[in-house]
Amino acid sequence: MSQAQPAEFELQVEDRDSAVLTLRGDWVHGREHPDYRELRDELAVISAPELVVDCSALGTWDSVLMAFLLQCYNQCRDENIEFQPRELPEGVQRLLQVATAVQPYKPPAQRRRPWYARLHLGELLRDFLERSRETLAFIGEVSIALWKLLLGRSNTRFVDFRTFCYQAGPNAIAIISLTSVLVGMILAYLGAVQLRQFGAEIYVADLVVIGTLREMGVLMTAVVMAGRTGAAYAAQLGTMQTNEEIDAIVTMGVSPVEFLVVPRILALVVMMPLLTLYANLLGVIGGGIVAGGMGITPLMYMNEGEQALSLVHLNVGLLKSVIFGALIAVAGCRAGMNSGRSSAAVGEAATEAVVIAIVYLIIADAAINIIFQQVGI
Amino acid sequence: MAEAHIAVRELTMAYGSRVIQRDLSFDINRGDIFVIMGGSGCGKSTLLKHLLGLVEPAAGDILYAGDSFVHANANARDVMRRGWGITYQSGGLFSAMTLAENVELPLQLYTDHSPADRAAIIAYKLALVGLDGYQDFYPSEISGGMRKRAALARAIALDPDILFFDEPSAGLDPISSRLLDDLIVQIKESTGATVVMVTHELPSIFGIATNSVYLDAASKTMIAYGNPRELREHSDQPVVRQFLAREASTAAQEKTA
Ligand SMILES: Nc1ncnc2c1ncn2[C@@H]1O[C@H](COP(=O)(O)OP(=O)(O)OP(=O)(O)O)[C@@H](O)[C@H]1O
Ligand SMILES: [Mg+2]
Repeated sequence: MSQAQPAEFELQVEDRDSAVLTLRGDWVHGREHPDYRELRDELAVISAPELVVDCSALGTWDSVLMAFLLQCYNQCRDENIEFQPRELPEGVQRLLQVATAVQPYKPPAQRRRPWYARLHLGELLRDFLERSRETLAFIGEVSIALWKLLLGRSNTRFVDFRTFCYQAGPNAIAIISLTSVLVGMILAYLGAVQLRQFGAEIYVADLVVIGTLREMGVLMTAVVMAGRTGAAYAAQLGTMQTNEEIDAIVTMGVSPVEFLVVPRILALVVMMPLLTLYANLLGVIGGGIVAGGMGITPLMYMNEGEQALSLVHLNVGLLKSVIFGALIAVAGCRAGMNSGRSSAAVGEAATEAVVIAIVYLIIADAAINIIFQQVGI
Repeated sequence: MAEAHIAVRELTMAYGSRVIQRDLSFDINRGDIFVIMGGSGCGKSTLLKHLLGLVEPAAGDILYAGDSFVHANANARDVMRRGWGITYQSGGLFSAMTLAENVELPLQLYTDHSPADRAAIIAYKLALVGLDGYQDFYPSEISGGMRKRAALARAIALDPDILFFDEPSAGLDPISSRLLDDLIVQIKESTGATVVMVTHELPSIFGIATNSVYLDAASKTMIAYGNPRELREHSDQPVVRQFLAREASTAAQEKTA
């Protein structure tokens, strides 16, 4: 049989008691072959209690034939027709036996919800409340863990804290240097254009110093750290969730919040003010570079800047940095701990960590500014 | 005798400067069910990774049907790999895809089946491993043993020429692992595939293996090669006989003690 025979089937209903399905030709991948749906419809209307499947004219075969036969077998079982193979090739017979050894699992029917059902307002609200509740619960757990740490009864390890400090601090210096110098320069440009109209270019120094110390230094540092460290926390914890590492920690009798979350949060809270100080310094230098280009000598810039510099501005920035650090770390760790157990879920957790952290940052920044404005700091 | 399907020649495997096994030379014939045996940590998974080209050998060569795999370029390797089905020690299923999507991926990549045909073939492959109906489950939603079987379903999606299994039946109950053994034999008989597997399960070693190699951790080389049933009786290496006849090992120890 050198020439390939076309694959085909034929269903003959001889009398009320039996039907014969004849399979002919080569049922292999890459060749035309009949669609099972044709047979399904024919088979659905026969009333014979028994279906003889005759393969005596069958040529070569592979998974294509097996898939066809299995569907036929399953339909016969569902409709209480007896499946009677005749002259099945040895291999087909055995594979079919293996494939039908276990009944297919029928998942319980689920009501499908149309997409617009998800836009239900009440449900959105409930979702939001549920999330807020979860976040509050998480913050509560973290607080308890921190309290235990103070009492010295916590399973937080100092080595972990040190490692995370290193990752969140020294490792971030390069990127923070770049962003803070550039932001200082941008601030100076923005201010200089306006101030020049009044012939008051020298006040660029005031603008840069106050703007950087109170606002831009810490905010830019926080945004960079949200993308860098917050996302890393979420990805680390999410991967541990996938590998059942968190389950292992729980069953060792250790609270994952104490063991995994607390050192991360503390590390970021400790490193953020230091990074902010560094960013402030570089931001002011960046502003000085631009001012120099506009004819303000470094000496004049420093003199003017020194007058604007006050401890209050510095402290406002540092206070913000502590709060921002905590928010970024909480957002990252929460997203990681609640992550699903697949690679896609870990990616979602990392995205969520960054987005939520930035939203938190902006809300917190606005709130702090408004409060300080009111109290007059 | 026909040319060996897979030939390993003077293979030395190392991670950095740490040699795991050296001077491995053996043949795997077409249609063999070939078992790689040895104590834990002796380098079985490492040998499998070398056969798959995931790790480069420190020295030596691996030939598939007479063609060197080690010296082949990336394209030639991909062509050789087309006919392989592989399961990994820890599954290797894509966790972000359902079982159906996992099995479908190779079909999508390398065949031109219509979606309906693909669905039918997926159902058949999953039925072979007893998982028909679990198409829409994610790997994280099924048990460890089911994951092993799902990985097998993906491995056989393209009716491969060579099947590589790393501990396919570890973590399965005796009945399922017996069924898995039967399945491996059926697939091999019906498609003529060569099977290379790492396993510790003595029942499946004696039940289905036709040839084997024993890697020794102490001497860092292979110390036995042949049909495991014969090795159990006639190997000149006491460790191999002990490994294969677990009851006898205590007896041997008592005798020496
Ligand atoms: N990626 C790696 N880098 C360095 N060394 C490795 C690596 N993977 C494995 N090893 C070392 O190689 C040796 C062999 O490991 P391998 O995983 O091959 O063992 P195995 O025989 O499969 O053991 P088991 O039966 O426990 O699965 C071990 O000593 C291990 O420490
Ligand atoms: Mg291994």
